[in-house]
Amino acid sequence: MPEVPTNGSSSDFRTEVINATPGGENLRICLQCGTCGGSCPSGPDMDYSPRQLFAMIDAGFRDDVLKSNTPWYCVSCYYCTVRCPKEIPITDIMYTLKQMAVKEHLYDDSDAPEWSESFIGFVETYGRSFELGLATRYHLTHSPLSKFSLGPFAIGMVTKNRLAFLPERIEGINQLKAILERAKQLEAEQ
Amino acid sequence: MKYGYYPGCSLGKSAKPYDDSTKAIADQLGMSFEEIDDWNCCGATEYFSLNKTAAYALVARNLALAAKQDSLTDLVAPCSACYLNLRKTDDYMGKYPKIGDLTNESLAAGGLSYEPGSLRVRHLLDVVVEDIGFESISEKVTNPLTNLWVAPYYGCMVVRPEFGDTDPVDAEYPVTMDHLMETLGATVVDFPLKTHCCGGHMTQISSDTAFELIRQLLHNADESNADVIVTICPMCQLNLDAYQTQVNRHFGTNYKIPILYFTQLIGLAMGIPAKKLGVGKEFVSASAALKKIGLEVEEEPAPAGKRKKDDKSLPMPSGRVEG
Ligand code: SF4
Ligand code: SF4
Ligand code: SF4
Ligand code: SF4
Repeated sequence: MPEVPTNGSSSDFRTEVINATPGGENLRICLQCGTCGGSCPSGPDMDYSPRQLFAMIDAGFRDDVLKSNTPWYCVSCYYCTVRCPKEIPITDIMYTLKQMAVKEHLYDDSDAPEWSESFIGFVETYGRSFELGLATRYHLTHSPLSKFSLGPFAIGMVTKNRLAFLPERIEGINQLKAILERAKQLEAEQ
Repeated sequence: MKYGYYPGCSLGKSAKPYDDSTKAIADQLGMSFEEIDDWNCCGATEYFSLNKTAAYALVARNLALAAKQDSLTDLVAPCSACYLNLRKTDDYMGKYPKIGDLTNESLAAGGLSYEPGSLRVRHLLDVVVEDIGFESISEKVTNPLTNLWVAPYYGCMVVRPEFGDTDPVDAEYPVTMDHLMETLGATVVDFPLKTHCCGGHMTQISSDTAFELIRQLLHNADESNADVIVTICPMCQLNLDAYQTQVNRHFGTNYKIPILYFTQLIGLAMGIPAKKLGVGKEFVSASAALKKIGLEVEEEPAPAGKRKKDDKSLPMPSGRVEG
């Protein structure tokens, strides 16, 4: 990775993304080859392919990038990451963009971010995830009218005895909470 | 050999059959699993989207607990997402000192710490293939899976990212499970989509996206006449199995492909009773497929469906859910 001469400012959007992503420097040498988009399972449903998104990051379209559904449609399959000829950690860049968007409430469609928040809500409270609680809480708050589409799934899970009715709590929940609280402070100081 | 065992949340309930079958084959194959005391959920792919420092700390609590438990050296995860998170956190803590420092500073608030590299994080498939090996497994096969056509499905998270220097499986076209299935006597079909993603949590967020990915996988397996798709991940199993009916409804298709865990097939080939392996809890029944290897499987009741038009029986008194 060559030293890239810049005007010395780190306030541009691309630098911000790079600094927040481990190994992100290679974003500067993206070839725009499109291997990432061509490998992406969610590609057809994304506002912009990963390649397009990176061109937009280069050009400084901060809001458009953070508001787009692309990072939220990334399912972390790492296909792009292992195939990218320039070893750009694309999946991690998507995580960076999601975190930026959440911090600034910059997303149009809130389904994916709120799913993540519901999931983590249980983990932070109990130390374990809780599938039944998740399924109902998420679907009731998001699409009360379509909650019946969850019907066959949840009913099947229950009759097949594959869904727990109560969340489990770990013993060290207070220890975990202390760890996460400290982590959040540290993250905020970044 | 003794391994640290990180079951992850799904193995407690929705993927209980994976847990049961893993434990059922462990003894005969000479593996002993010691569960990590008071482990916590690894946060799947969700926490990294919200708060990275907290996400690494959440995963690292498990690494820290495992590393101080009974001189464990290897930590095994049967779930692809858990495996990826544990391995990535161990790798990044060492590779990026800033992540290592922030993570350990967070752990310190709970009186814990973790030295990256102190554990080898491994997926269950890797342990079975590398440590036990095809030869020892074939010696244990008493009921070969002759005539059973299987499509080995690896999904994405286990095969893909190259975290750490040893890379257990090929990222594009792995064959370790193919050979394992051959060892059990099964016929392995060519399954070009074997490492394609099933959509992960997209079933919850954008079902159109997820259903299309699931449809492609089912189509691919069906085209090659597979009797069963074999998986190594609870989420892959759930997506392909529990949503198969909805996918059929969505596309007007009629796939009926059972999805089993690789550990269940190992167990069946070693003559372990199906019930002990959790076989029968699938949504899409495996009984037709298993008849081909001479097994009758007792199933848990199917999900309550619509009552047939000509069904003259009386409705159930209470608790009956009409589909
Ligand atoms: S594959 Fe890599 S180099 Fe090619 S467009 Fe995508 S990010 Fe850029
Ligand atoms: S990791 Fe994300 S962006 Fe990359 S191919 Fe997979 S879904 Fe697409
Ligand atoms: S990622 Fe999934 S399986 Fe792994 S611990 Fe978390 S909820 Fe459980
Ligand atoms: S195939 Fe689906 S469930 Fe399996 S690892 Fe990939 S995203 Fe997760």
